[in-house]
This record gives sequence, C-alpha cells and structure tokens, in this order.
Amino acid sequence: MSALLETKGLRKYFDTPMGTLHAVDGVDLAIDGGRTLGVVGESGCGKSTLGRTILRLTEPTDGQVLYAGSDIARFSAQRMNAIRRDLQLIFQDPLSSLNPRMTVSEIIAEPLRVFKITGGRDEMDDRVAHLMKTVGLADRFANSYPHELDGGRRQRIGIARALASSPKFIVCDEPVSALDVSIQAQILNLLMDLQEEHAISYMFITHNLSVVKHISQEIMVMYLGQCIEKASSEELFANPLHPYTRALLAAIPVPSLEARKKRKGTIKGEVSNPIDPKPGCRFAPRCSLASSECAGEDIILRESGAGHLVACVKNGTSS
Amino acid sequence: MNVNLLEIEDLRVIYKTDEDTIYAVNGVDMSVKNGETMGLVGETGAGKTTTALAIMKLLPERTGFIKSGRITLDGIDITRATEHEMEAIRGNTVSMIFQDPMTSLNPTITVGRQIAEVLQLHEKSKSSSEMARSVDEMMELVGIPSHRKNEYPHQFSGGMKQRIVIAIALACKPKLLIADEPTTALDVTIQDQVLEMMNDLKERLGTSMILITHDLGVVAQTCDTVAIMYAGEIIERGRVEEVFDTQIRHPYTSGLFGSIPNIKVTARRLNPIDGLMPDPASPPDGCGFYERCPKKMEMCGKKPPLFPTEGNGHAIRCWLHGDCARRGDGS
Repeated sequence: MSALLETKGLRKYFDTPMGTLHAVDGVDLAIDGGRTLGVVGESGCGKSTLGRTILRLTEPTDGQVLYAGSDIARFSAQRMNAIRRDLQLIFQDPLSSLNPRMTVSEIIAEPLRVFKITGGRDEMDDRVAHLMKTVGLADRFANSYPHELDGGRRQRIGIARALASSPKFIVCDEPVSALDVSIQAQILNLLMDLQEEHAISYMFITHNLSVVKHISQEIMVMYLGQCIEKASSEELFANPLHPYTRALLAAIPVPSLEARKKRKGTIKGEVSNPIDPKPGCRFAPRCSLASSECAGEDIILRESGAGHLVACVKNGTSS
Repeated sequence: MNVNLLEIEDLRVIYKTDEDTIYAVNGVDMSVKNGETMGLVGETGAGKTTTALAIMKLLPERTGFIKSGRITLDGIDITRATEHEMEAIRGNTVSMIFQDPMTSLNPTITVGRQIAEVLQLHEKSKSSSEMARSVDEMMELVGIPSHRKNEYPHQFSGGMKQRIVIAIALACKPKLLIADEPTTALDVTIQDQVLEMMNDLKERLGTSMILITHDLGVVAQTCDTVAIMYAGEIIERGRVEEVFDTQIRHPYTSGLFGSIPNIKVTARRLNPIDGLMPDPASPPDGCGFYERCPKKMEMCGKKPPLFPTEGNGHAIRCWLHGDCARRGDGS
C-alpha cells in the first residue's frame, strides 16, 4: 500500500543576512491513510516549517511532496487550490488563528463557502450545526465571537473549521500546547475519535513527547532541520537510540517522586542556528558521546532493527 | 528554621469590572516556611497568579482589591502596608518572576544594567565598583558568562533570558521568590536546565520559593510542599510525598493526574475531567468542583466542604475525606 502523503528529500532554506538558514534539510517521511505521524523537536528545529512546506504555505526549496502519488510541490497554484480541501491545518494558538470579527458559525462555514461545498443557506447551516456537534460545541455558541469562549472551545472551533472540507490529511501544529492539562486531554481524545470515524491522517507537530505518544503510531524526532530518529511509538519510547531522543525523554518532568531521586544528567547548551551548517552531526556540540567520527561527514539515517531509523554513528553505544 | 516566612489567612481577592464582580480568590489559607519551596498548582483562572499578585501587592489598581484576609510576610502584614513600605519590601524581601521572559525585560537596556538597577534601588550604599562586581556575580550565579553583560535581551535565547530575569529577582537576596510559570515558555531540555539551576540556587541562598505551575511533573521534581487551587480555593495541600504517593486525593487532583499523558503508561485514551471551571463572576454555593466531579453527592452542591485552616498536614477540601467527612456527619 502506498502512503497517502510522502516527502522525499524535502528542503526549505531561508536566505538571511547571516547566511542560508536550513530550516528543513532533507526530510523523508511517509504517512499512511488514517494514521498519525508525530513530529517532535524543540523550538527552531524546523517542525512547523516542515508542516507548512508540506501544505505549500511556504514554497519548498527542493524535494518532493507526494500526495496520493502526485508531486504537489510542482502543482500550479490553480491545481493546488483544487486539492487544498483535502489538506488542512490546525494551529497552536486558537485565538490568533480565528478571525475576531467573525462568529463561530461564520468561521466554520468559511471553508464550505470557499470550496463551494454546500449549495444553499439551509444546507450550509445544517452542515455547520453538524460540525459543531461533531467537535462538541453547544449550539448556543453559534453566534458567539472567539474572544467570548475559553481556550478549549476555541481550539474546537479550529478543529471544526479544519474538518469542514472533509480533509484526508491534517497538519496539527501544537494543537494542545496552549491549553490546560485537563482540556488538553479532552482535545486529544476528540482528535483520536475523529480519526477513527473519518480515517483522517494526521501529522502531529509538538515539542511534548508525552503528548505525541498517545496519538501517534509513528514518531519522528527532528533536530536542526533534520530527522534524527524515526520509529513506531512503542519502539521509540521503549528503545530510544539517538542521544538527543534520550535527552528529550530524560528532560520530561515525571509526576512521581521516584523520578526525583534518580535525576539523570541534563544536556548542556542550547539549540544553535541552522545557518550554513557544517557537514556532520548537528547535535554533536551538545552530545556527551561526541567524538571525531561525528564531524566531517553528514550522518545518514540508518536502519537499526525493524523500521527503527537513527542518524547516529554511535548507534547502539549506551551512554 | 521552622518559622513561617509567609502566612496567608482567609485571603479574598475580587476584581471589579463595569458589569460584574469576579471572585478570583475565595478564602485562601497557606504558609511557606523558611527555605521551603511550595508548588502552587492549578489551571488557568484558578487564582494562582492573583494570589501571587496579592502577596506582591501588585493587583491592578482600581479593579483588583483584597477584600479580606491577612498576608504576613516576614512579620509584616502586607495588606496594611503603604505603597512606600511596599517599595522597600519588593525586591528585598520578596521578588517575583513571570512566565514570559521576553516581556519582563526592557529591550532597550543592556542586561547588566537591568541587574544593576535593582541593586541601585535597594542598596544605595554600594560603590559603583562593588555594584559591578555584584552584577558579575549574579550573572555567573545563573550560569551566564559575565562578559555578556553589555548585550541586549534580544541577543539571548529564551532560556538565557529567563536566567537573567532570575538574576534580577535574586539580586537583593530576597527571602521569598515567587516564580509564576518560570519554565512554561521554555523547551523541555532548557526547562530541565533552568529547574536544576533554581534548585541549586535555592539551596545555596536559602531562599523560600512559591513555584506557580500547571505541571505536576515540575512540582514532583522541585517542591517540598504543594497546594492545589481550583476556582479560587485551595482544595488540597500537603507535603509532596503525601500528595503524590497516595490514592487518597481530592477528585480534582485525581483528575489532574489522570489528564497528564504519562510516558510510562501505554493507555491510548486519556481520562480528562469533563466540563469547565465555574464562572468566577457567580461562584456556586456548594463545592466549586461540584459540576465536574465524578463522585458528587447531594450535599456537595449545597454546602461548601470544610478545610483545616491550620497545620501543614495533608488536607483535602472534600466531603468525602478526613475531617470533612467526619464533621459533615455531625452537622
């Protein structure tokens, strides 16, 4: 079975006064229908740019984006518009991604109008009412404005809007990061229910490894524009191979007191800028295992066990 | 040193707007001992930040009011202190750091001068060379090389900026540091670094701390005691060992633990708490958590549960637990 969405050697570079910024630097990924790929990394690792480049909200510098077999990176604007209804996006901050001057029902109806999905006024109202019900928004909010609702409900509007055009693929860019924990769980459960019902594929972008575990079948860890490890969700958590993945896992504050006693060493330093990066491992400056082998040559993703890819020359060496 | 540095008794804070009165903090009792770190946990709108602002006496003028209650900090009743007195207390006895380091630094002044500013205000007797030495010291203390003191905030990363904010807050060696979500805006690996540094500083300087957070994981790693707030009340408090290593919890606390995606557990679905917090403009008569509680009983909707005002043991504000359950039967 071929993947619903695939990228091959996808690159997005930005020219800056300091040099070329390699935001996304040769990413290969594949997402099957009805599945979720989690994309994890810290600020500045290129995860959001990856999502936006796949949807062609920014133009890729190089590489392919295959949707249902055809390379949409080369589509004309017109052809792209024709398939946009299949590819949607949910944003991190629900308030800044909703038009403050439109009511909840207007916001949800907008994709229906833009893509000319429904004919008459009544049909549209029915559709909007149905979408609101699907995402768990009470009817009484139909004429409210976004600022009148709380964060969780706002995010539900964003989800309803993304669902309006019956998409096959949704990029969820940190959809729960701005929400309280109890509300986070409600939204995550909603997204999982919707996936089961409508067989939507998600690319779930987050900095929070524990969130992505529940929702993804497969997880990809990014560092400075590159994928450094990719594996099934269970495999990645049970057997993280890249030192960066291990550090990310170790850094999550676990809500239990046992974890407090055995504190693992934290990684030093911070993510640098991916401006004109030198060949070699980009994590090496922060890595406790780094040695001369890590510089000089780009480290490629290698298979280590079934379906588990890792880009580390020290692969398998324990820290 | 078992003296209470901070004692809050029956604190009530309201915000007055044109249409409504918002009951933000509804009778909070809590205490922080010398050298201790207390985690103040709760969701958006629970009243955590309002409580902190009341301690700092920085509630918005004209809209925010301390309606009743007493806040005793290092022997002084803050609620009666004049603005002039507060100016000496802030920075010296208590300082506060905010969630977003980007907005709490002045973008047009070098970080070194921003640290010096606090010293100039509070330790006027210091000579300029002493002052410069203190600035260097503070920067090294938070792990930033002191030669970067002539740089501006935008030249630092988010984690570094938060370190500078912490340096400013600690410059006058306050007895109490209130940290309002200090690591929420940071990446996990940076959060880890900053928390470790704060733990280390706390031990070296003996500062007491109130750590406001929504992350129970952060509490588990850094705090000695914890207070859980909901709808303007503390609904559970105790030492972290008591609250984390037990199954006897307030239903809301259980809900919070159930909502956290746990990397150790493989459950696919999470168990969120249904519904939302009550509207603070019209607080309910009974228990604030009644509407969302999976274990609610008839009486919960009518009568607010009791809560011990004294002592530091594990206490739960719920009709199902401890003293409350016993006293509830009698009355």
